[in-house]
Amino acid sequence: MAANTRDIRRRIKSVKNTAQITKAMQMVAASKMRKAQLAAIASRPYAQELSRLLLPFSNAVNEDENLVHPLMSVKPEGKDLVLLISTDKGLCGALNTNILKEVSRFAPETTEFVCVGKKGVQFLARAKRTVLADFHLKDNFPFLEAKEVAKFCIERFAQGDIKRIVVLYTHYVNTLVQAPSERVVVPVQSFDVGHANLGHDNEKSDTEVKGEVPEYILEPNARDFLGSLLPHFVCYKIFHLILEARASEHSSRMVAMKNATDNAKQIIKDLTLEYNKIRQASITTEILEIASAQMILS
Amino acid sequence: MLTLKLEIFTPEAVAYRDDVEMVLIPAELGDMGVYPMHVPFMTRILPGELIVTKGGETISLAVGEGLAEITQSNVRLLVDMAIEERFIDEKAAEEAVARAQQEVREALMGSQVEAAAQIALLKSLAQLKVRRRQYSPAVK
Repeated sequence: MAANTRDIRRRIKSVKNTAQITKAMQMVAASKMRKAQLAAIASRPYAQELSRLLLPFSNAVNEDENLVHPLMSVKPEGKDLVLLISTDKGLCGALNTNILKEVSRFAPETTEFVCVGKKGVQFLARAKRTVLADFHLKDNFPFLEAKEVAKFCIERFAQGDIKRIVVLYTHYVNTLVQAPSERVVVPVQSFDVGHANLGHDNEKSDTEVKGEVPEYILEPNARDFLGSLLPHFVCYKIFHLILEARASEHSSRMVAMKNATDNAKQIIKDLTLEYNKIRQASITTEILEIASAQMILS
Repeated sequence: MLTLKLEIFTPEAVAYRDDVEMVLIPAELGDMGVYPMHVPFMTRILPGELIVTKGGETISLAVGEGLAEITQSNVRLLVDMAIEERFIDEKAAEEAVARAQQEVREALMGSQVEAAAQIALLKSLAQLKVRRRQYSPAVK
């Protein structure tokens, strides 16, 4: 009997430790999620200015064939370059499983991968897919690091046999819901930088050109100017999608850890009840023994 | 007196927003000084030093590549980096220069990789230049 209670005490202790760890991870994930959201909000003015600068070009491009930049041209065939954004660490619920499931929709022969996040690389290596590069981004990564990723993709695209660049990431719907989704960033089809849920709202008025657009002198010329504007646009878009995937990761981890903490607490409750029952039973038998011994003696 | 509204946007923050008298921009075809009532103008920016004159004082910022939009009353910069001179970490910048130089040396395989490394080098050099100019008595 004594051995049994000791076992249970030990289990309660270990579950308590687990609960403490998961609770701590939940808090950390919550604060990291907040940071990712703030970063997305901080990038908003840049995005608005960028799309304001680009808007006049979207009309000009339709009128003037010469302006069409390689990053905008739609090719009939070619490979897909997939930027797979997964997480470095596990314990974030079904997030990675869901995103990696999407990989199977891309045919192995016509797809090349670029990875952000260890989980994705490991999966692709097991699945024997073509991985061109693998980037590691810390939490709170600066824009310049995300730009390296984007630059690599653009350079690969510039080699000619790539039809489009697709970003496979986890879309942040809200704290509880994240959906794996894909977004085609190249060829650039619209100059809209808006993302509804994270730091951007759908207010069109923000991006609309106010009043008269002055005639600008473009240096060196319109074509080159647009040519340098577009990579910025693509870089920003990729930066934003990585941020969004990060926010999803942290909120998913937060929810997973909250569930783990709740479960651990439930187990502690059950075990404590069990422990008390056994303790009570042993006390009762002891009293019974003493009482019956007393009765025999008298 | 007329002033220019200078706004510098980076993807991480609005790095600078103020009314200024003059701004010197490291534009693609050479540094250009911009006063109020400038003709509407757009250009690319190369990594370098941006000098702002406000109330007789000058502030310098190290900026990365990006774009500038100039109107009569506004200067808007979209750059991927903008650090005010007093926030530049000289040691980190030095390390970045060394790293970038190393990359430039090693990047013989592809011209595009080299170009990327060159730009990284320019960026960190820009930071260092801004910093050194402010603090080394030798230059003064």
